[in-house]
Amino acid sequence: MSSPHFLVHSPKDNVGVVVVEGLDSGTDMLGVVTEIDKTVKLKAKSAIPIGHKVALKALKKGDTVIKYGEDIGRMVADAAVGEHVHVHNLKTKRW
Amino acid sequence: MATKANGKRAKSGSNLSFRGWRRENGRVGVRNHVLILPLDDLSNAACEAVANNIKGTLAIPHAYGRLQFGADLDLHFRTLIGTGANPNVAAVVVIGIEDGWTSRVVDGIAKTGKPVVGFGIEGHGDIAIIAKASHKAKEFLQRASELEREECAIDELWVSTKCGESDTTTGLASCPTVGNMYDKLIPKGIHGCFGETSEITGAEHIAKSRAVNAKIGEKWMAVFEAYQREVIEAHKVDDLSESQPTKGNIAGGLTTIEEKALGNLEKIGRKCKYIEVLEPAETPRAGPGLYYMDTSSAAAECVTLMAAGGYVVHTFPTGQGNIIGNPIVPVIKISGNPKTVRTMGEHIDVDVSGILRRELTLDTAGDALIDMIVRTANGRLTAAEALGHREFSLTKLYRSA
Repeated sequence: MSSPHFLVHSPKDNVGVVVVEGLDSGTDMLGVVTEIDKTVKLKAKSAIPIGHKVALKALKKGDTVIKYGEDIGRMVADAAVGEHVHVHNLKTKRW
Repeated sequence: MATKANGKRAKSGSNLSFRGWRRENGRVGVRNHVLILPLDDLSNAACEAVANNIKGTLAIPHAYGRLQFGADLDLHFRTLIGTGANPNVAAVVVIGIEDGWTSRVVDGIAKTGKPVVGFGIEGHGDIAIIAKASHKAKEFLQRASELEREECAIDELWVSTKCGESDTTTGLASCPTVGNMYDKLIPKGIHGCFGETSEITGAEHIAKSRAVNAKIGEKWMAVFEAYQREVIEAHKVDDLSESQPTKGNIAGGLTTIEEKALGNLEKIGRKCKYIEVLEPAETPRAGPGLYYMDTSSAAAECVTLMAAGGYVVHTFPTGQGNIIGNPIVPVIKISGNPKTVRTMGEHIDVDVSGILRRELTLDTAGDALIDMIVRTANGRLTAAEALGHREFSLTKLYRSA
């Protein structure tokens, strides 16, 4: 198997993590859900830096973002499948 | 450059051992420092002069020690005494502005049985004290230089952990590598330690469930809630974004404290349960196993407190490249971020970026870390030691009187 473009911790997650440098918008990405060792495919809709998150599902403002199978915050703006998820559209529910 | 974890099997299945220095109280150290320890900020200059006179001794200047009181003063003494008492230290010269508090530190360290002496500057001046202290430092150093390492079983090793400049790769690769190491070495009888109270926010339900029993879980939750109430809620002016997560965390792709906390907790593996909750710089007394220590998440403060608790090797996962070291404890850097390994590889001891490419399993990465822990215990200098990183940062609980 070629190296994945992104990894997902849990099958419950709605975001994945880009693990390659210089990922361009439009790239046909290969992903792996590490907990169950399952491959997934997705087209990138943003240029996403290494380590940054990609939406695996359409996320609407107010939606809870799940990573590690757990709640990591809420969307404050929409993100389409394949788009970058970070501080511009995701905020903590704490503090 | 970083040593690449390449699938070479460490000896985690066999009887692991290392060569260390057995101290007077039976604890085993992996370094043999003679410390010149200031009681207070005023005594830094004299300590640095002594360390300059006597080559091979180590002064550890710091910013505090005057007009502290209550729990903050207790923590100051506990940290200084714990640092001097750490088995990586062979002997200690303490210098303070006056004799009274200097003696408190000397008496605390003396309980270990190791050579320790104190000097107060008032009534003598820097120059006379530097001369007297230099004579003792030379005697201690020459004595320490003849001490020999001996073969010790792995269960005599105390290994702490804390991550820094985390990003999403720490949660995917370097933190679970530490967790895999603990899952293998805690059952072999080592002492482990994790902390970073603010950085469990969002994963507190998981942290509580990893206590050995409900009583310890409640004790942990009380510490967590006190930190939220007395530190975070009492002083915050916003959602702490750029402080926790840090600006570096955010650059690396971490967005929220919950996300950071879940990655952080990967360091305690899948199986380990913590057996006790420690005050900052408190020495574990419940026997072998994993401990929680109530610390801040600032790297140097946290590692300083764990070293004062008696831990002799520190494992430090980093994503964006935290460069911290400690004066008395070797800090082993583990990174899974290929960009960090490429752009600042001189700071990284164990490269686990192969996990992101699915070329390296966690099991193999954990074995590579165990191998590096043993090599480091045996004397290999870590990247931070070779680069001269000796950050000694005391935790201050509130303003001095």
